[in-house]
Amino acid sequence: MTDVVATNETILVVGGGISGMTAAIEAAECGKNVVLIEKSPALGGRVSQLYKYFPKLCIPTCGLEINVRRLRFNKRIRVLTMAQVSAITGDTGNYTATIKITPRYVNENCTACGACADAVSAEVDNAFNYNMNKTKAVFLPFNMAYPRRYVIDPSIVGTPEGEAAKAACKYDAVDLSMKEETLELKVGAIIWATGWQPYDAAKIQPYGYDRFANVITSVEFERMMDKAGPTGGKILRPSDNKEAKNIAFIQCAGSRDRNHLTHCSRICCMASLKQSTYVGEQYGDDEAAKASIYYIDIRAIDRFEDFYKKVQEDPKVSFIKSKVANITENQENRNPILHGVNTEGYHRYDNEHDLVVLAIGMQPSADITQVTSGVHTDASGFIQVHADNGGIFGAGCASNALDVNRAVQNATAAALRAIQVVNRVSGAEA
Amino acid sequence: MTDANTLMVEKYRNSFLKEVEANVEEGDWVRMCMQCGVCAGSCPLGPHWAHPPQEIFMMIRAGKREEVLTSDSMWMCTSCYNCIVRCPRELPITHIMHGLANYAHRLGIAPKMNPTRRFAKIFWDNIASSGRVNELTLSIKLYFMDGIASGIKKGLEMMGVGLGLVKTGRLNPLGLISHSGVKDTKGLHAMLKKAKEIEDKRKGLA
Repeated sequence: MTDVVATNETILVVGGGISGMTAAIEAAECGKNVVLIEKSPALGGRVSQLYKYFPKLCIPTCGLEINVRRLRFNKRIRVLTMAQVSAITGDTGNYTATIKITPRYVNENCTACGACADAVSAEVDNAFNYNMNKTKAVFLPFNMAYPRRYVIDPSIVGTPEGEAAKAACKYDAVDLSMKEETLELKVGAIIWATGWQPYDAAKIQPYGYDRFANVITSVEFERMMDKAGPTGGKILRPSDNKEAKNIAFIQCAGSRDRNHLTHCSRICCMASLKQSTYVGEQYGDDEAAKASIYYIDIRAIDRFEDFYKKVQEDPKVSFIKSKVANITENQENRNPILHGVNTEGYHRYDNEHDLVVLAIGMQPSADITQVTSGVHTDASGFIQVHADNGGIFGAGCASNALDVNRAVQNATAAALRAIQVVNRVSGAEA
Repeated sequence: MTDANTLMVEKYRNSFLKEVEANVEEGDWVRMCMQCGVCAGSCPLGPHWAHPPQEIFMMIRAGKREEVLTSDSMWMCTSCYNCIVRCPRELPITHIMHGLANYAHRLGIAPKMNPTRRFAKIFWDNIASSGRVNELTLSIKLYFMDGIASGIKKGLEMMGVGLGLVKTGRLNPLGLISHSGVKDTKGLHAMLKKAKEIEDKRKGLA
């Protein structure tokens, strides 16, 4: 299955999120051959885990569907999933990338009929929902997954459950003998679009993410709103599964802090403003439903100011100018209690809420310096634009903390840089 | 009066922030504060002082010299270091509080009756005279800080503790008559005098 033909006129795109998909599609539509590799079993990345986009509050799957369509019908793109780069050697126009492919145990015959999943009962943590619930050990990563093929978790391979999945398949798609593969690709340019991951919230000790059930992160909150998510589209407190109505958002959770991430993660203000509208969406005119945003300063950059103004007018949403000092828990109802000082007037508060959402910071998810040398990264690990990087280009959130719009622009720019490299290789460009 | 305070008012007429940066220990960090309020919220004595650290920093920048230096707020700091640990910009807040307190004291405008200031003064005089703290005279001075009647009252209150300390050899009652300081007391005094001279010169207080 992995007979990938690549030459030094091929562009390797690492990471199949919105940035990687964009870079791959743009380069391919310009007539370049592209290999797109993705670590997880399906494309889409963090965008596929979003409920809504800001500022239009439209549905991310819409744009994702268009991109998947462009990608599927472009014969110049080769997609490898469950694949990771372990080493890059060589120089501009002549790289060798070593790629490790983890077995999926399901081959191309899969029709996604789901008979294999029905045949097993074992469950594993659902990574797509940030482990907030379980999924069958044989699963489709999410409803819109591309490639549309099931995955078998390695934990049931070699067990009767695994055999049951194999027996249930009418298309001979289950192959339990698959082994890890390593392949080497010759490529001319590399676009590194490995995206971001949420900062480890447990490290922010005073907020007690690891101690208090009702302190969650913004990415988890986002999954709750999805009908196909862990709570079926309802905002439920992890401690007792009751509806949470009085919700606090804490900004700069991990960002702009020399104890954690020194950079501003840039999306969290807009993400919390967006998520504050979910409260109204969920509970309508219910007077108990309210959102409180604790902030240092709201960074709704340029045209997002309009959205900020709109949210400010919402009577359900209030703003408290304060970095919360610490959180304790009400022992009786397990409500988190926020302590701090409102710096507008220096008022001390001890505010009880049903649920606390940490607007968690963004950090690069893969460290390129682990696989190759000479690429310049900044203090936070984002790839910088630098002549020494040669034919390796950062794209999207691997290069900076960006929202989707800016990540896509950034990825298109990276595609153009990579195209110039392979054009020089083929002699089409001096 | 042409004292240190008037001198400094003249010198930094337009900028209290500059004065703090130049003369207060770690004072050059004040401008780094981004007013997030995490120090104010983290202070265990927070509700008991007039101005939490973040407010003091804002007052410094706003040039409220008189209010800051005569305030007893920074004297309330117990050095628990909660604020330093949590400050997103790693300001050495505890040290700045002590720096401000010390500066106000040096200028002679710190609140005269502030108990922290008075205790610090008693402690300093005690340790500086012989190089070692005489715990007995230190406690007595402390108890009788507010007069004979309240001194006797405090002494009687603490009698049990005091006798316990004597019994377990933690307190030497002979300390009243004989106290063993460092060997070279004269040398110590000369050192302290020189150190003060150097510091005063550096801070323009001489």
